[in-house]
Amino acid sequence: MKGKFLLTLLVSWLCASLLAGIPVSAEELLNINGSTTVLPIAQKVAEAYMKENPAVKISVSGGGSGNGIKALIDGMTHIADSSRFIKDAEVKLALEKGAYPVPFAVAYDCIVPVVHPTNPVKNLTMDQLKAIYEGQITNWKTLGGPDLEIVVISRDTSSGTYEVWEEKVMKKQRVFPGALLQASSGAIVQAVSKNKHALGYVGLGYVDATVKALTVAGIEGTETTTLDGSYPISRPLYMFTSGWPTGATLNFINYMLNPQKGQKLVREAGFVPLY
Amino acid sequence: MTSRLRKEWMIRSFFFCIAMASIVVLSLIVFFLFWEGLPIFQKVSVRAFLLGTYWYPTAEPPDFGIFPLIVASLGVTVLSALLSIPLGVMTAIYLAEIASAGLREIVKPVVELLAALPSVVIGFFGMVVVAPFLQSTFDIPTGLNLFNASLMLAFMSIPTICSISEDAIYSVPMELKEASLALGATHWQTISRVILPASLSGITTAVILGMSRAIGETMVVLMVAGGATLVPDSVFDPVRPMPASIAAEMAEAPFRSPHYHALFATGIVLFLLTLMFNLVADHLGQKYKQVGTATL
Repeated sequence: MKGKFLLTLLVSWLCASLLAGIPVSAEELLNINGSTTVLPIAQKVAEAYMKENPAVKISVSGGGSGNGIKALIDGMTHIADSSRFIKDAEVKLALEKGAYPVPFAVAYDCIVPVVHPTNPVKNLTMDQLKAIYEGQITNWKTLGGPDLEIVVISRDTSSGTYEVWEEKVMKKQRVFPGALLQASSGAIVQAVSKNKHALGYVGLGYVDATVKALTVAGIEGTETTTLDGSYPISRPLYMFTSGWPTGATLNFINYMLNPQKGQKLVREAGFVPLY
Repeated sequence: MTSRLRKEWMIRSFFFCIAMASIVVLSLIVFFLFWEGLPIFQKVSVRAFLLGTYWYPTAEPPDFGIFPLIVASLGVTVLSALLSIPLGVMTAIYLAEIASAGLREIVKPVVELLAALPSVVIGFFGMVVVAPFLQSTFDIPTGLNLFNASLMLAFMSIPTICSISEDAIYSVPMELKEASLALGATHWQTISRVILPASLSGITTAVILGMSRAIGETMVVLMVAGGATLVPDSVFDPVRPMPASIAAEMAEAPFRSPHYHALFATGIVLFLLTLMFNLVADHLGQKYKQVGTATL
């Protein structure tokens, strides 16, 4: 298994470096780089955009928000995806190099705690969520539920969903080692729907009838509460361009922000659209 | 050189090249593994990496301790071996010695067919069927745990163990068996004192191959082992074996970051463990090798 995986990695790496060497002429090339959280949105929208505009080739890659913004400042990419706003130090560096990063909020990320449908608990405060994920509260009884041990389910630490949870709920404290790990939001829904003890968290787009979404501090996580800023576990996601976009970059950003086009795909990718 | 000899020479070179190609590719993979894994030891010591109990690769500052992952890998492998060795070897004895020829013709291909089940199917079965069952039967908080993973891995190693052991047992020469029976031994005495010792080398190989399949298996442990980075207290605790950690985190780890290198270093540890298994198998195979007619 491992050998195969490494071989695949090696082969795809070789192919990628070969392909990168082939010059693309007569086509407009658009590079998008940055946050892995925004990656599924960028990918979906880029695919749809290329279908409608075959003359434009878009290459989408994820390397983290910081890497994306760095690439934008260095002129290595046209659009930088970012799951956070640009930092002061980055703005300063950009100005020194003569680049003016322009932010476009393209979607919102809204993370909802979920439990088994039979769990009577309806609401948890931010402090309660933090204490559970730190391993301090271990029984649903403490929270007004049945006398059951809480099975804490978390995402792998490199996912964007975990990143939001760590930032908004954990306030940079660590999730205790006893938390279960699932490698995707779908797997969390699957595990929670089968377990009365479970508490997990997923993006709003993944909540379905097999699990029960909890309100946080009395506020239900919906598209409305995310957009008016009252729901606490959410954040805007950005695309940055170097200077006001022109040409292919402008067309792509317009497509991205179009309520009928890009924003529809945002919802399909499991995120909250702007309108 | 005559054309016959030239043809012989060409065929020999052709096979040499083919053999070299696979060896070169394998060496490149090993080289790549070490090349990408070793840089982590500039950040943490080997001791802290292997014996550290905290795995927080993306925290600030990060912790790269894979001790819980090593314990988890060994735990699921040993427990699955405890389940699969008796089942596999006893099935093999039944098929080779006791079952009628007709039954053997049917059952053996069926057991081997089990090996063809994709691991993701077994993992899905463990997640959707076995986990809720374990949870309600043993009244435990989660069915995604060490025991479930071991059970699923045992399913995967039984066909390997059974099939190779059966070949070993079946190929014990008839003379040995006939001699034992002629001396007045019962069938069971013949099996336990003559046939099993004669096929021990083959059975050992079978067991080790089965176990190395279990330790390297990724999909099943990713889906059903639970994934907590804890050193388990009981078999019903969730664990995260090394392959699961690598598979879950590799896709998102920034290229050439400490996290990326740490995952490759975990791969090195896994590689060395599997290598050790194979060396032990080789050694045991040599040690218990029967000489004379019973040679496999």
